[in-house]
Amino acid sequence: MRFVGRAPRRYWLIALGVIVFAGLPTQVTSFQSLEWAEVLIFAIVIMGLNLLVGYSGQISLGHGAFMAVGAYTTAILVHRYHVDYLLTIPIAGLLTGLVGFFLGIPALRLSPLYLALATFALAVITPSLIKRPENLTQGTQGILLAPQQPPDWASSLFAGVTGGPAMTSDQWLYYLCFIVAAALFWVAWNIVRRRPGRALMAIRDGEVAAAASGVNVAGYKTLAFGLSAFYAGVAGALYALATGFVSPDTFPVSLSFQLLVGAVIGGLGSIAGPLFGGIFTFWLPIISSQFVQTQDWIPDQVASVFKNAGPAVTYGALLILIMIFAPNGLVGLILSAYARLRSRLRGVGERTTGQLPPDPQTI
Amino acid sequence: MQEFLQQVLSGIASGGIYASLALALVLIYNAMGLVNFAQGEMAMFATFLAFTLIGRGMDYWIALPLTIAIAFVGGIVIQRVVIRPVERAPVLTLVIVTLGLATLINGLAGFFFGYLPRLFPSPFSVQTIDIFGAAASWQDLGVIAVSGVVLVLVFLMLQRTTVGLAMRAAAHNPEASRLLGIRVSWMLALGWGLASAVGAVSGIMVAPILYLEPNMMQTVIIYAFAAAVLGGIESPLGAVIGGLIVGVTVNLAGTYLPGVGGDLQLAVAFAIIIAVLVIRPNGLLGRRAMRRA
Repeated sequence: MRFVGRAPRRYWLIALGVIVFAGLPTQVTSFQSLEWAEVLIFAIVIMGLNLLVGYSGQISLGHGAFMAVGAYTTAILVHRYHVDYLLTIPIAGLLTGLVGFFLGIPALRLSPLYLALATFALAVITPSLIKRPENLTQGTQGILLAPQQPPDWASSLFAGVTGGPAMTSDQWLYYLCFIVAAALFWVAWNIVRRRPGRALMAIRDGEVAAAASGVNVAGYKTLAFGLSAFYAGVAGALYALATGFVSPDTFPVSLSFQLLVGAVIGGLGSIAGPLFGGIFTFWLPIISSQFVQTQDWIPDQVASVFKNAGPAVTYGALLILIMIFAPNGLVGLILSAYARLRSRLRGVGERTTGQLPPDPQTI
Repeated sequence: MQEFLQQVLSGIASGGIYASLALALVLIYNAMGLVNFAQGEMAMFATFLAFTLIGRGMDYWIALPLTIAIAFVGGIVIQRVVIRPVERAPVLTLVIVTLGLATLINGLAGFFFGYLPRLFPSPFSVQTIDIFGAAASWQDLGVIAVSGVVLVLVFLMLQRTTVGLAMRAAAHNPEASRLLGIRVSWMLALGWGLASAVGAVSGIMVAPILYLEPNMMQTVIIYAFAAAVLGGIESPLGAVIGGLIVGVTVNLAGTYLPGVGGDLQLAVAFAIIIAVLVIRPNGLLGRRAMRRA
């Protein structure tokens, strides 16, 4: 018990978060839990992007493409070869990670600017590339997957705990995403706190200095790329399972943008950031278009245009505003507000803790 | 042979368009070491303005310079409002800001002009004339001529005027320029304005071919990236040469390589980008980049 009492405050926050997300499907409808599953999927891929951009200081505008690799791996394995869908998740992750690792090798020679260019071009051509091997990917038609039914033990456990009806397939998928997301966040947390994380941050903050301190710069940079792609691949696999449908149009360039926006808005270089980023990336387009639809004073014509253009305008404006005024994202805002509150409460002179360095993304 | 010549010629025409946009990218890269991901969207927006002006009954040859002038002012305004606050920020921040700008302009264009593809008027007829046995369309020749004039004008301005000299100096060595009384920050803004104007030309030239809609420039910008990287991203002349090479290569690959039709032509541009970055990262005319700690 004394261990519990002495646990740092952030452990309490984590416990609270886990409880909220674990109990969520009991409070919302089955369809809504599927929506939240997509939030968690976004959180996973943004976590991967965050490891790359926020911690190792490389940029990728092509994470939508990595997601596509993962999603198509799962879809093809399940649809064509009838592999067990749970087994396809790690396969998709590893395969995408391998792709990312090999893409990371030419990326080593590129400055961040060129890397952005190359990955951007990759994101643009991905839909066309997917369409080509038509007997494998079924071209523009896409691949339809049957919804996955929960296993008996999970179903009866859920019914036993909630005392309600058995688990639906949407709820099962939510829990699948939840478990995977929790595991991957835990892994990321451990990576950034330990040797690899310190090495990555050292590279981000000064490549030459890092190399002089004995950090294997090339190795860690490709590792970051591969790891980041692994996250995106797992997220893509879960996405294919959750939505039950993949097509080339599922992975447009704007998806890669959206992911980067999520990473930036949540907060680069923080562990909680991607979760906020996932929530934001998923809900912003939905909420903004629903909000406009319900407002009577906005003419129908404007509302229908806003449905298409609204998210882009909001994303763009937010991205610029956040980069100018709060480069550490939501998490940075919360932390600095908390630090200010504490120093106000405890009086001036107290050393402020928990603040991010003023500019962690130096390249 | 005849078909080959014809493809080369229309490749040069699209190459001229890519060259203009690539030149715009190079201008901004030289000014602040940044690839402007919003360049294509800015050009697209300017093209919509030209479309609106022409739609209101304005003559094409008045609307064209007027739009270019508006784009010039617009570029300066964007630099002052959006870019200046993050001027000294790390490259990553700048890249993200221009991406935000691209998304924002794309959304605004959708908001104001809608997503329906529109037919953009062209002053050049689609009729063909005979050049060395190849049938060249007036459209292609006109695009080549306009792009050529613009590129020459920009070149003259950069190399032969005092303002051009000041701009180059500000980009090359900001501190020394500041000591000499050059207003460096305004020179950057001027660079943005110039880039925006040159980009607008590429948008207006490509619109009759591609149909005007908010996502029109998404493919063109990739070709322009390829052109700029191929030419060496800091060399204006390289951007023009790169643009022509990319235009011709992509056109020929689309015609003669089996399976590389339509949307896969973009993959050719992607392959060019990757190949250049891996084999010769400084491009054809770029100086060797020095790495500093």
